[in-house]
Amino acid sequence: MMNRIQTKLKEDKKLLSIYFTAGFPNLEDTASIINQLEQSGVDMIEIGLPFSDPLADGPTIQASSTQSLKNGMTTEVLFQQLKNIRETVLIPLLLMGYFNPILQYGVEAFCEKCQEVGIDGLIIPDLPVDVYVADYQKMFEAHGLLNVFLITPQTSEERIKFIDSISNGFIYMVSSSSVTGSQEGFGEEQTNYFKRIAKMQLHNAQIVGFGISNKQTFSQATAYTKGAIIGSAFIKHLTENREGTIKDFVKRILE
Amino acid sequence: MSYNVNIKGYYGEFGGAFIPEMLYPNVEELRQNYLKVMAEPEFQAEFNQLLKDYVGRPSPLYFAKRLSEVYNTRIYLKREDLNHTGAHKINNTIGQILMAKRLGKTRIIAETGAGQHGVATATVCALMGLECIVYMGEIDIARQAPNVARMKMLGATVVPALSGSKTLKDATNEAIRDWINNPVNTHYIIGSVVGPHPYPDMVARFQSVISEEIQKQLLAHEQTSKPEYVVACVGGGSNAAGAYYHFLEDTSVKLIAVEAAGHGIDSGESAATSVLGREGIIHGSKTLLMQTKDGQITEPYSISAGLDYPGVGPMHAHLFASGRAEFLAATDNEAMTAGMKLAQLEGIIPAIESAHALAVFEKKQFNPNDIVVLCLSGRGDKDLDTYINYFKL
Repeated sequence: MMNRIQTKLKEDKKLLSIYFTAGFPNLEDTASIINQLEQSGVDMIEIGLPFSDPLADGPTIQASSTQSLKNGMTTEVLFQQLKNIRETVLIPLLLMGYFNPILQYGVEAFCEKCQEVGIDGLIIPDLPVDVYVADYQKMFEAHGLLNVFLITPQTSEERIKFIDSISNGFIYMVSSSSVTGSQEGFGEEQTNYFKRIAKMQLHNAQIVGFGISNKQTFSQATAYTKGAIIGSAFIKHLTENREGTIKDFVKRILE
Repeated sequence: MSYNVNIKGYYGEFGGAFIPEMLYPNVEELRQNYLKVMAEPEFQAEFNQLLKDYVGRPSPLYFAKRLSEVYNTRIYLKREDLNHTGAHKINNTIGQILMAKRLGKTRIIAETGAGQHGVATATVCALMGLECIVYMGEIDIARQAPNVARMKMLGATVVPALSGSKTLKDATNEAIRDWINNPVNTHYIIGSVVGPHPYPDMVARFQSVISEEIQKQLLAHEQTSKPEYVVACVGGGSNAAGAYYHFLEDTSVKLIAVEAAGHGIDSGESAATSVLGREGIIHGSKTLLMQTKDGQITEPYSISAGLDYPGVGPMHAHLFASGRAEFLAATDNEAMTAGMKLAQLEGIIPAIESAHALAVFEKKQFNPNDIVVLCLSGRGDKDLDTYINYFKL
């Protein structure tokens, strides 16, 4: 059976993926945000499992994680919130989180729960490629979970090819050398990087993340790739507005 | 069983490099080069010259006669407190700044808790004329004003870490984020035997000059290069790693690590990671760390800012798990009392970190003929305010 992510990647369109931190702004917002995002026409969702020490994230996602943990979010609570999500939501759902909370939950138990609630993929920024291959690849695959790896402008061609060879969905292309939420707009450097990777003709589609905040950056990021992920800009939107305006946010990107 | 790092960067089951891809090129560059660079004769010559002429090494191995009489054993103090900048931290920063230069880096970043590692980093950056940015928790900046001033005087920029609990672990997070944002020209000088491989091994090697000297100096004092015990305090564990290093594989030398129990192990305000921690991942390393059931890293407490870290280096996690080292914990009170005792018996005011190691003598009875080498990792000048407040001096 084809994973929902793989099916989605076959659609002839540029994909918009949205990241949000589960349990933010309020603990019980998770399911509502997911439903609204799907109804707004988003193609894919990354649900952030908050961590106390998010090394790769800038201030916006850090603050949302801190708030979410204060609100009482835990791995168990998140799985509870997602229990019935597949009754209403059809688009691919990924969980994104740092490795320690997953390790403490028990990686196998975590995978089982993901499968149970209908998660399609995982993004674990600090799970090293070699550890994944040695210890977890079989486990993830047995539970129908695609693991998504990151590449950056500094990643060597050889390593990109290796990552491509062990990926089975898409590659998360970090747009620039930075933590999340710190870029404003793309320049020639990014465009050259997007082109360079496009030329490599990888097996896996590339979806760009970090630095996409509006229609313009979404168009730039997807000119040479399959899609783009918006994280910090969406969190900022949730912080500054009411969640009722999620539709407007998505509309401004896609129109 | 080996107690050194293996080829994959692990000490037993601990260690590794659990880092986001954004850090991979930096860490990989270091991993591929650190042993090669350290083995170069010119590197060795420059490193040793600076340790001698600039740091003031070898640091004395001092037989503490009166302390020995009180505890009825033979106590030697390895006087890292007499190093330039007042602690063992400079051994590592000298090594790493030379490494950074060999790798063509022009910008140095560091994290600091109490400010000792920050000062040691700012010092070598001034020495080499390199830009220096030190991340320090906003709360630590407020409680360590003299060290902040020192760093500024040495030309460093001190950046407050405003995230999380605004202390050492958050300063480390901020330094790592800076490195992600500046992957090409910047070297991150980590201050302890923590972080992703190869940092724990590299820092341990730079600090291993401590045990190398202990062997030679003890031979001159006692006609043997082997003490019965080596004792050191452990926060992240860099002075302990240095003091143990050349004794790791010789199990006839017993190793004792003293952690900070804060207000007591069960008080909820403690930093005794070996007792309170579980295996997990912190700052890119699989090790023992203090965390919630859900894997959120918790905030430790100790009167000593240098031991106030929720993890412990992977080497120490392995020494603990394998039983190679005995782990003890000293409360604030036990450490402060031991610090005062050293001042009055030997005329040496120790850093509060080192005072935790000194508390071992109240916790464990050694034989009269035992040679106990204790790493006096730093001097107490920086802690005077804490001593004043504690003893109402």
